[in-house]
Amino acid sequence: MTSNYNFAFLDENTKRMLRRALLKAVAIPGYQVPFGSREMPLPYGWGTGGIQLTAALLGPDDVLKVIDQGADDTTNAVNIRRFFARVAGVTTTERTTEASVIQTRHRIPETPLREDQILVFQVPEPEPLRTLEPREAETRTLHALADYGLMHVKLYEDIAQYGHIATSYDYPVLVDGRFLTSPSPIPKFDNPKLDHSPALMLFGAGREKRLYAIPPYTKVESLAFDDHPFEIQRWEHQCELCGSDESYLDEVVVDDRGSRMFVCSDTDYCRQRRAEQAA
Amino acid sequence: MYVAVKGGEQAITRSLQLLAEARRGDLTVPELSLDQIREQLRLGVARVMQEGSLYDEELAALAMRQAAGDMLEAIFLLRAYRTTLPRFGYTQPLDTNAMRVRRRVSGTFKDVPGGQVLGPTYDYTQRLLEFESTAPTSPLQAEAPLPDTMPRVLDLLDAEALIERIDAGVDPEPIDLTREPLMFPADRATRLQNLARGDEGFLLGMAYSTQRGYAESHPFAGEIRMGEVDVVICPEELGFAIEIGSITLTECQMINQFHGGNGLPPQFTRGYGLCMGEGERKAMSMALVDRTLRCDELGEPAYAPAQNQEFVLSHSDSVEASGFVQHLKLPHYVDFQAELSLLRTLSKQHAQHLNAEETAAQETSS
Amino acid sequence: MSALLQVRGLSHHYGQRIGCQDVSFDLHPGELLCIVGESGSGKSTLLKTAAAQLAPSSGSVRYHQRDGDWLDLEELSEANRRRLAREEWGFVTQNPRDGLRLNVSAGANVAERLMAMGMRNYGQLRDIAKGWLERVEIDPARIDDAPTAFSGGMQQRLQIARTLVTQPRLVFMDEPTAGLDVSVQARILDLLRRLVNELGLAAVMVTHDLAVARLLAARTMVMQGGRVVETGLTDQILDDPQHPYTQLLVSSVLTT
Repeated sequence: MTSNYNFAFLDENTKRMLRRALLKAVAIPGYQVPFGSREMPLPYGWGTGGIQLTAALLGPDDVLKVIDQGADDTTNAVNIRRFFARVAGVTTTERTTEASVIQTRHRIPETPLREDQILVFQVPEPEPLRTLEPREAETRTLHALADYGLMHVKLYEDIAQYGHIATSYDYPVLVDGRFLTSPSPIPKFDNPKLDHSPALMLFGAGREKRLYAIPPYTKVESLAFDDHPFEIQRWEHQCELCGSDESYLDEVVVDDRGSRMFVCSDTDYCRQRRAEQAA
Repeated sequence: MYVAVKGGEQAITRSLQLLAEARRGDLTVPELSLDQIREQLRLGVARVMQEGSLYDEELAALAMRQAAGDMLEAIFLLRAYRTTLPRFGYTQPLDTNAMRVRRRVSGTFKDVPGGQVLGPTYDYTQRLLEFESTAPTSPLQAEAPLPDTMPRVLDLLDAEALIERIDAGVDPEPIDLTREPLMFPADRATRLQNLARGDEGFLLGMAYSTQRGYAESHPFAGEIRMGEVDVVICPEELGFAIEIGSITLTECQMINQFHGGNGLPPQFTRGYGLCMGEGERKAMSMALVDRTLRCDELGEPAYAPAQNQEFVLSHSDSVEASGFVQHLKLPHYVDFQAELSLLRTLSKQHAQHLNAEETAAQETSS
Repeated sequence: MSALLQVRGLSHHYGQRIGCQDVSFDLHPGELLCIVGESGSGKSTLLKTAAAQLAPSSGSVRYHQRDGDWLDLEELSEANRRRLAREEWGFVTQNPRDGLRLNVSAGANVAERLMAMGMRNYGQLRDIAKGWLERVEIDPARIDDAPTAFSGGMQQRLQIARTLVTQPRLVFMDEPTAGLDVSVQARILDLLRRLVNELGLAAVMVTHDLAVARLLAARTMVMQGGRVVETGLTDQILDDPQHPYTQLLVSSVLTT
């Protein structure tokens, strides 16, 4: 652990500021709380929001897991895990069940989470209305008034054009029946895991300086029409390593003739299943 | 058999070793000292300090060396370090009236009290590559010293009440943008703070666009001054002000024609730019953009990008922009997979649709 | 019968310049009122101020709600103002491009207000949108086309459908036929007259064209320099204009 820096890099006042903002976020599920995002030794867009939240949450006894695309060994996940091992000296793990704090980019682990776990999402663009309305002053007003017709215009347009809602990731949700919220760019496959999750879910957007929360056991609905209900991705394949037919699969190109194979995107889940099968 | 990719940790370690080697370059060439960078690349040091929001030549030089001369990376390094620094207090507002001026030019009057002072400028160098060193062998000696302070050119117009008055007394306490999020609409103090940290290239382009007709802009460079200004703090435990040193600043005040509107009489208005070290291009760009962003306050029709404060302020920061543009090289397998299966569905539908049309066409023709 | 909209002493100033000054009128349910005058006379300013899109410099606008209560627009919260504008009112802009969402289909344009009010059945939204396209004489087969592929007259009819789909009680229209060919104008005016009658709408329409007022409005207000110079039954104003400016306007219409 590097002693030139405070525990978990940020100074204690900054952590207090973050915790206050997090409490507010938990109190108003799905509401984007502006916060004094600090400049971190990691580029914006690479998880600066997530690492600030993690830094504010970590204590010396925490066990940290970091995943990117579901995998523990992708370079950015490795780098963030190395960062906290260096500046906080906390124990790190690749096992979902062992972790008390899990920082993630683009996935929710397949292994169900528990009440004593916190999931921290890295969020590039916290505003679900941004592509429809670029002005921040206006989107804040739309949230304040729960004026979300615009979002349904987008979904309507998808169905009119493609016959179904053509949003495959970062699929907008309504949290606690009130705030339209971006679940971060997780595949819509993961959306049902947000609903009534036993684990606290925190979202940090460092560059946009916003954080928000989905408290445990909160109702989270994925937007849809009555006659075009929300559906998740399905595969015709099973994982070729562990045989799972209920996990999110990555497609891997295995030779230069373009042969493909499908494997679990959640590497820990896949490994645990294979270990069980071997035993 | 396929095994999921492993070895990220080792790959990173090796990459860091390669980077260190590449940064140092040929070992037979002596390494740059921080003094050399500070003394001989001072304009680069100034930009890193300015956009890094930290006045420390030594650290800026270190960042430049570590970044192998990549200015945006150096600025990023300095910003990240700055986050960890404790705040001992806030300085009193800097008094640029009391600047010990080394350069001062005005585009509005042929001569002004105190005179036009060119100082060290690249403006008249003729841009011929100098293959032989033209460095002096001994320090220059001035024939006569410059006055300690010089009056501001804009005060001359102020005496005639031809230029808008700026009443510093009514200015709200500015927020600290490195501690609080930028919110819209942003007041002028916040906007100036954002512009001061903004990327020079971005501001230059924005400023240029206002001159080319993307906003109403009729600017004159009222005054540009560069020199040293004392930094004063008033520690609570002391109860009186003490000078803790001096820093180099470049200040630009633009004068803009204004025909009146929004209840204001016709007058000259001001655009303001300030930066640490010698940074005339940045200060001038900042002053133009500052003035353009005052369109709402002055009731000017707003249609151009440089008049849109959300557009300008949200995209001015090089650390934010560089991070987000480059985050695209991070893995996006999961989203890409989702898009891939969506596209396969869509293309299947499209093919079915075409087939159906073809069949229908054949049936009608047969 | 009680009024729907009550405007009293309404002024809006742009700095020192007068937009409109001291205007009062009542609008009754089912009534179409025309505001005529040349450009710069303050009619659009008056319309926007009455529709709470501009804040009045002085004066008041009161609106009689469905539930019988009077709403003072100045005391209205932003939330209620938007709700009112979305559910009970409509606003048709001169340039349909300002009132339409150009990057989404005609169907989405018509259905947007319904979705904002909470309708969540795609099939039903489609049916209503098709019905409205038919009502404004647009081929329902073009429901998925972008408005940019429509002619100016079609775009204006689309904007009218988009505005009327929630069956508002009160519609503000700012020169809805200016900038269109004469034959296209006639078709839209005809359509508006029919819809206003069918739906029992109250409407305030701004126009520089007295012929439009004659065709549509029972009552007309004439504006000059930000003030109302004459108001009364449209026929009366046309047959027997009292104010010199109105006389000038009327004679210019008659000679053309």
